[in-house]
Amino acid sequence: MDLRALRLLAATASLALPIGAHAQAPAGKLTVLTSFSKDVTDPFKKAFEAAHPGTTVEIQNRNTNAGIKFLEETKSANQVDIFWASAPDAFEVLKAKKLLQPFKSKATGIPEKIGAYPINEKDGFFSGFAASGYGIMWNERYVKANKLPDPKEWQDLATPAYFDHVSIASPSRSGTTHLTIETILQGEGWDKGWRTVKELGGNFRNVLERSFGVPDAVNSGQVGYGIVIDFFAFSAQASGFPVKFVYPSVTTIVPANVGLVANAPNKVTGEAFIEYLLSPAGQEVLLEKTIRRLPVRPDTYAKAPADYPNPFKNPSLGGKVTFNSEVSEKRTAVVDTLFDQLITFQLAGLKAATKAIHEADAALSKKENADGRAKLKQARDLIAAMPVTEVQAASPEMRAVFTGGKEKSARQAEVEQQWASAAKAAYTEAKARAEEAAKLAR
Amino acid sequence: MTIALDKPRAATRQRIATPGQIALAGAIAVFLALFLVVPVVTVVYVAFTEKGSGAFTLINFADFARTDLFITSFWNSMYVSLMTVALASMFALPLAYLTTRFEFRGAGMIQALGFIPLIMPPFAGAIAMQLLFGRNGSINLLLDDAFGFKIPFMEGLNGVIFTQAIHFFPFILINLSTSLRNLDRAMEEAAQNLGSHGFRLFRRIVFPLAMPGYIAGASLVFVKVFDDLATPLLLNVKDMLAPQAYLRITSIGLADPMGYVISVVLILVSVAAMGLSAWTMRGRDYATVQRGGGGLAQRRLNRWESAAAYGVVLLILVLVLAPHVGLFLLSIATVWSFSALPDGYTVAHYGRVFLESSVFIKNTLLYATLAGLIDVVLGVAIAYLVLRTRLPGRQWLDWTASAALAIPGVVLGIGYLRTFYGVKLPDGSSLASFWMIIVLALAIRRLPYALRSCYAALQQVAPALEEAAESLGATKYRTVRRVVVPLMIGGILAGFVTSFATAAVELSATLMLVQNTSDAPLAYGLYVFMQSPAGRGPGAALGIIAVLLVAVCTLLSNWVIERSQNKRSGK
Repeated sequence: MDLRALRLLAATASLALPIGAHAQAPAGKLTVLTSFSKDVTDPFKKAFEAAHPGTTVEIQNRNTNAGIKFLEETKSANQVDIFWASAPDAFEVLKAKKLLQPFKSKATGIPEKIGAYPINEKDGFFSGFAASGYGIMWNERYVKANKLPDPKEWQDLATPAYFDHVSIASPSRSGTTHLTIETILQGEGWDKGWRTVKELGGNFRNVLERSFGVPDAVNSGQVGYGIVIDFFAFSAQASGFPVKFVYPSVTTIVPANVGLVANAPNKVTGEAFIEYLLSPAGQEVLLEKTIRRLPVRPDTYAKAPADYPNPFKNPSLGGKVTFNSEVSEKRTAVVDTLFDQLITFQLAGLKAATKAIHEADAALSKKENADGRAKLKQARDLIAAMPVTEVQAASPEMRAVFTGGKEKSARQAEVEQQWASAAKAAYTEAKARAEEAAKLAR
Repeated sequence: MTIALDKPRAATRQRIATPGQIALAGAIAVFLALFLVVPVVTVVYVAFTEKGSGAFTLINFADFARTDLFITSFWNSMYVSLMTVALASMFALPLAYLTTRFEFRGAGMIQALGFIPLIMPPFAGAIAMQLLFGRNGSINLLLDDAFGFKIPFMEGLNGVIFTQAIHFFPFILINLSTSLRNLDRAMEEAAQNLGSHGFRLFRRIVFPLAMPGYIAGASLVFVKVFDDLATPLLLNVKDMLAPQAYLRITSIGLADPMGYVISVVLILVSVAAMGLSAWTMRGRDYATVQRGGGGLAQRRLNRWESAAAYGVVLLILVLVLAPHVGLFLLSIATVWSFSALPDGYTVAHYGRVFLESSVFIKNTLLYATLAGLIDVVLGVAIAYLVLRTRLPGRQWLDWTASAALAIPGVVLGIGYLRTFYGVKLPDGSSLASFWMIIVLALAIRRLPYALRSCYAALQQVAPALEEAAESLGATKYRTVRRVVVPLMIGGILAGFVTSFATAAVELSATLMLVQNTSDAPLAYGLYVFMQSPAGRGPGAALGIIAVLLVAVCTLLSNWVIERSQNKRSGK
């Protein structure tokens, strides 16, 4: 039905205009597949339709994974023009599956990098239109009622005060959390990074399966702290929720992206949409109260409210880590599965061990004991131990495990069971050591 | 499921089936194959293939049995499902019994209110539950303030049982009430004449006679809870089977067979549970001949009994309607964060959704009505074929349709895209982007509900009535139309209402299939709103609109049917 309407439109347009002109002018229906909420898409839809009369923007809302799946299943007769989402990883996947086509914007005045991250993909398959950083968001009422401190760094969340108060989305479910974890791993190195992640993990209240579940739980006061992408906190603040947000120093500023889908039915309007997003007018829409993302145009910040974070002015924002998306892409599945098998599905055991360690540490601080300290260190090392090294994680054999039916290799379920049982045993052992340590302090 | 079949009086059914019945069975089989079996198989066959070669294997099922996480999940799912049936029965039995057995002012109202928990829009309901019963929900904040302790309503498996029982107990309530109303009063009077009364009468006569309804409801609750992924996930319980399947299929295990292996296990358990429920009824005859008596004799309650009965009913209603109260508060709240009640109130959220909701409302009504109609037509037809004919393989129709309950919505959604996207409509667009596909997906997903209700209703109709009609010269078709369907009407209505109401708030398959906002139902609009902090209020407002809409339609259809029934029986 829509196709017919489109053809009708095209037909009338070609009657009215010379052939060459109608090929250039954006018109008709533009279908945008996006993971962004209505609060983000509505203002852009309005602004774009106003800037290009005769166009209508049709928003299809799906989460990033479902969006990729949808494009894959429908590529034989693709009806989508634009893919619009946060995680650069998702766009890498789409590019690898040949579901995007290159388009280089003519926009000028956009720097090559934001923080340490390149804004545009090198072959033009997708472009960054807004930046986001990862950090810690907390509910002030919750924190006040439970007399908890304000955190500054990831490590703070691993201290005893935060036990059972922190929430995160599983990286296998949320592209943004995946980047957060990968940032910590790249910033601190594989072994040290995982140690940090598991120490954080021991304090988790829960591991959620939707990105938005975390800010939602913090907003409503079900948990105190959430590890989230910045705009979740900013837009919650703008909606009046009593929440605060901080960027830890090991964070990365990553662009949210837009890309032209391969065989887009309305390519011309799709290109116009990307141009609009990157234009000064489009960038200003990002400053709206319900959106609050960081523009990729440095000059747009002049129009922002006073306390708006500016990664182009503030070098500590995302400057410390050089995020390597190739490294990240190679081990995505392994990192996500490790997180789920060692933390998400073993959370009860990990928390029990962490609690015992917190208690032993407190007891030892009151009454020092060298043996106890040694045992406590053993307990911590047991938790931190990884079943795979950094090299193994990126090896072709390991990657083959997660590619499904194509390659002959170990089966995913087999590998997972090994990791899970190793983690389970290690956490039980760690708990026992920590309890011994506590006894020695008595 | 062969209750009346082996009986000697089935004399008129010596022939295996009439040509009409065979054609009907064939048509249903084709429909189920096209819209259920084929789409699901295109996705699920991966479970039986070997990694690397694609050859047939059962090794993945061995992996399933060897993985601790899956085994724990399996037993957790069993435990939660059984306990939910127990708790849901505790909610449903008093409501059903009190409102049908006694002269009870507002019985219809209570029945209608008791139905509402089933209409819980996705996301919105869980958020409302957390705000009320969560660790820092209203109740616990108040308890903590006053007494310094909290009750972990929503923690772990018990939280899942609590939430699921509130959500799904109407299945038992509806089916049991329908059964109770259909009872032959003569049975009860006979028992009373023989000196039975009170609880003994209920335990020995009334409840056993209403067993088809109870079993239909309880088995639905069991299977539904076993296969439900939304509630455990929203309560963060991941070590159950359905969430495990969902998590794998939608993220890291997209290419891995294990998600589909779990789906196959879910399907097998669901079908087994349905089979078991049929087996427990085997060899018993629940049909009663006399109709139109209006069910049980209604007894008058004395003042104390009445007070106690109202107390019990009120308590249950307050508990089961709490999520909706929470949702309503959320829809008029400015900010609600870590406090017993919202900071302030506003109607702005309704204003925001008012303009765009009309198209959602229209679509929701259209889709859910069509899906409900398809479901009752199929439900009556399948129940009739299974119970009244001797067609070989007729049980398979029932089992296949029931298996739909166990198919995760995502699997069905992906299967539909894979099967129908390549099929072109005459105007060149794809069949998968035609809105009717959403209706079919909804109908398939909700068919088991309608089927169970129709099945139970037909079990209570005595074949002798049909035999009488036929011996007076009526054709099979005429008998069905004039005798069987009118006698089943209560069950058919219950089936329609359950299918309609739950289809109206379905999301998981819809989310995969919606391709135009102009074709989207309410649940989709709600999902889109619920992804941002500013959208929480409008999302809740949309949720309330959905609940009201479905509730009004339910009451309306109830009223229409009752009126036509009364007209027929000459009241």
